[in-house]
Amino acid sequence: MTIDQLQAAAANNLWAAITPEIALGVLALLLLGLEMILPKARHSVIPACSIAGQLGVLFALALNFTTTPYLDRDTFNGLLHHSRDGQYLRAFFLVCSLLVSVLGVVALAKQKMPRIEFFHIVLVVTAAMMLLAQSANFVLLFVALETITVGFYILVSYTRSNPLSLEAGLKYLVLGALSSAILLFGIVLLYGVAGNPNSLGSTASPMSYAGVRQFLAANPDNFLASIGIVFVLSGIAFKIGAVPFQIWIPDVYQGAPTPVTAFLAVASKAAGFAVLIGLLPVFQPYAGLVAVTLSIMAGATILFGNLAALTQHNVKRLLGLSGVSHAGYLLMGVVAAQTVPQAIGAIYFYLFAYLLASFAVFAVMTHVAGVNDADQDLDHYADFGKKRPYLAGVLAIGLGSLAGIPPLAGFMGKLMVFIAAFKAGLYPLLAIAIVGVVLSIYYYFGWIKAAFFTTWRPPLAPGETEPAEAAATPVGFPAGLALGVLAAGSVIFGFFQGPIAAWLLAR
Amino acid sequence: MPDLLLLSIAAPLAAALLLLAPAPLAARKFIAGIGFALPALIALYLWSQFNPTNGVSYHFVSRYDTGLKDTLGITLYLGLNGIALPLFVLAGLVGLAAGLYAIQSKAERLPLYLGLLLVMQAGLMGVFASMDVFFFYFFHELALIPTFIMVGVWGGRDRGYAAMKMTIYLTLGAMLSLIGLIAIYQQSGAETFDLIALRQEIEHGSLAAGDQKTIFGLLMVGFGILVSLFPFHTWAPLGYGAAPSSAAMLHAGVLKKFGLYGLIQIALPLLPEGVGHWVGWLALLAVGGNVLYIGFVTIAQRDLKQMVGYSSVMHMGYAFLGIAAYNTTGLGGVVLMMVAHGLSVALLFLLSTSIYHRTQTFDMDEMGGLAQKAPVLAAFFVTATFASIGLPGLANFWGELAIFVGAWQFSAVYTTLAVSGVIISAVYGLRSVARVFFGPMTPAFAKVSAEKAPTDLTWAEKFPALLLLAALLAIGFWPKCLSTPVDTAITATFRK
Repeated sequence: MTIDQLQAAAANNLWAAITPEIALGVLALLLLGLEMILPKARHSVIPACSIAGQLGVLFALALNFTTTPYLDRDTFNGLLHHSRDGQYLRAFFLVCSLLVSVLGVVALAKQKMPRIEFFHIVLVVTAAMMLLAQSANFVLLFVALETITVGFYILVSYTRSNPLSLEAGLKYLVLGALSSAILLFGIVLLYGVAGNPNSLGSTASPMSYAGVRQFLAANPDNFLASIGIVFVLSGIAFKIGAVPFQIWIPDVYQGAPTPVTAFLAVASKAAGFAVLIGLLPVFQPYAGLVAVTLSIMAGATILFGNLAALTQHNVKRLLGLSGVSHAGYLLMGVVAAQTVPQAIGAIYFYLFAYLLASFAVFAVMTHVAGVNDADQDLDHYADFGKKRPYLAGVLAIGLGSLAGIPPLAGFMGKLMVFIAAFKAGLYPLLAIAIVGVVLSIYYYFGWIKAAFFTTWRPPLAPGETEPAEAAATPVGFPAGLALGVLAAGSVIFGFFQGPIAAWLLAR
Repeated sequence: MPDLLLLSIAAPLAAALLLLAPAPLAARKFIAGIGFALPALIALYLWSQFNPTNGVSYHFVSRYDTGLKDTLGITLYLGLNGIALPLFVLAGLVGLAAGLYAIQSKAERLPLYLGLLLVMQAGLMGVFASMDVFFFYFFHELALIPTFIMVGVWGGRDRGYAAMKMTIYLTLGAMLSLIGLIAIYQQSGAETFDLIALRQEIEHGSLAAGDQKTIFGLLMVGFGILVSLFPFHTWAPLGYGAAPSSAAMLHAGVLKKFGLYGLIQIALPLLPEGVGHWVGWLALLAVGGNVLYIGFVTIAQRDLKQMVGYSSVMHMGYAFLGIAAYNTTGLGGVVLMMVAHGLSVALLFLLSTSIYHRTQTFDMDEMGGLAQKAPVLAAFFVTATFASIGLPGLANFWGELAIFVGAWQFSAVYTTLAVSGVIISAVYGLRSVARVFFGPMTPAFAKVSAEKAPTDLTWAEKFPALLLLAALLAIGFWPKCLSTPVDTAITATFRK
């Protein structure tokens, strides 16, 4: 290849199409640069720079949201496909990283930890998520996914003085590597069968979605391809925490710093679903296989998540397991999306509501947590409603929305997914989902009960003194604003879904 | 003219939001008072403007898009027909009474308490003003959530357990009805939640008989749980026993009627071919379970509030019997009875709490002779008890009478059994009056009244009670004011 050809290829790549991702990367490097230049006393401005930069990218993205010239086009020689869903997911991940950064400022202040790298890694992971959501090629899919996972290895074990955080990091590393291996094995199987020149309908580009799809369409019952599909689905199931690949969730969620838990719970899960939705048309010729695999996973995930969450006292584990059940409802939506296109919009709205509610709850938890971030118990919320009414109000709205109680946004998300599932005729799954929702009331409500209802406590024995209360983290301006916006968003989108829902559901 | 129906929903919500702002307690009480009064005034005004004979089924109609119109067929579609109007008025009146009673109460963190009641009030007005099945459900849940919180935070004995049990039962009921409603939406092929459009679609026979049977079963159990149909009733006495008075008034008086209203307004007209399969079961559970079994359980109660709670479960049996009868007389009776029972049970809960403030106990064995100290309270309580038994001259009589007449065509045996239930309610009603107000003072009550002499009803308590009592008497002596719109609407809805 001559230099001219390379230049022409580079020009064809349309780098401008991934400006938001590049901007995030530059911003991440800038943070490291600032750390070197600025004196140590001024380092506290760096997170603010990160947040301001992200706001700028988000604003620019919003301006070009529908007018970007790259919509419905492939770039980078088919590695990326830009769609309106991709635009939505870009904004989604950016909002996640903004919130994680805001929470990071609050949480890291309690730890004697280097601060800047945290914000750097969050930005890199976010950029990778944005690419992942738009990928149209298995190589890019894997590389982006690995970038995310490696970033999370570091983030999960960030509070390295805490043994639980280290344990979580190790668990995530081992199981994450296993899941990557499974995913890679699946991809390789698909690559192998699709690229084999001797097989019928073999393709010259067996790594691209289009190529694989073309091969699968020509071979509707290839055994190796079936195995490959199931392996790819299993690899993704690890990321979204679907049964039977959910074992890492409680421990990792508990050990990771709270903002990272939030990042894992919302953004990482959403990324998994974005990949699943992107792969649905690719695996369309094997729709029956995909439906069976995902249906079994969905049913088991809903039941397991809710049942396991019932007995939890550590709120991080509780949220982790309840997040498993949410993955189950969403998987039901993915199954429905095979036949009902509107289900995709329902899933995205559900994720949006889930983002608002989860981050509200995690933000409250960040303020309640003491120095030991892994030790957050329901008992820490005693008399919360009286002591910290603002945080308690946000917590109640967040939990209510997670539980899917009207008039909060979470209910609308559930309703849309349920309607889609009904349209697709998934009656047994719906029955399981209803059981799950009723079960979930018990633990969400139990948390509200712990926070608001006055509980009887044994009188102090003679000589015993009230246990000393840890100094409460004050609610600063950015975090307070974020809390308010999240709670208000959950309420407003419960009453009025407006153009967002109309835009998402119109397909 | 501004959209009064929307205003009746928005006003309490706005008042609840305003209560969050820091202000002196008196100002907040005033704002809350306005929030409670506006819906009641609007309801009375619309009632006076309601012309049942002009051939229009729905009045005061308006429609708003919340963003789901094109994709899911959901719009905020407001309007009242003759079935909705009485309940809309009921919600306004009981809401005002409960609100005023709460304002004069000395509840802890009063602004939050009032705010939650206002949200509940908004939801109640919305339920009966909605012509969109989705919003009908949505507003019910909006009213339900504050109930749980109020029981848990301001409740009495066993509040944590009661709140949890109520939440789980009612969520199960609500989820089953939601799936039933989605099933109607989907299986009818209408893909809209608009009640009118659904009716038109289904009149063309787009819903197969088998589907109708399944969906009606779902709705019957789902709504049944919400209305405490036997054997799904156990949350009710427990919850009402623990609930603070105003929450119990609004829930037992109005919100619980949601399930019955849903059956009459949605399930029966939309699923006519599913009804026949289930009425036998419904009547059996209603008469054997709610009326007779719960009737005897009610007689055995010692706790005044639990007794009122059980009696309300028992009276729901009559309503279910009227629905099982499935004729215009019976259904009209059910609507009348819902209103009458709502007023009388709210009054009873209000008075029970007032009694508690004077005796410091709900245990009827430890009361006695309160009439000497509080004759006006006694007179109110006796009248409310008479209403609940179904004495002529009070609203409940007409509702029960119409139900029995309608049910006679359905089954003479069940009707006879149900009528004998009236004797049961007389037994526990009159016994409670005797134990609380007459006879000698018990030592326990003598001790309480020696410490602090019980006063009679204050005006702040008397006014909400009078409001409810006046409505009971007005409907009792002039039932036509409600029965005309109800009959017109029911005849139009069930013309086949």
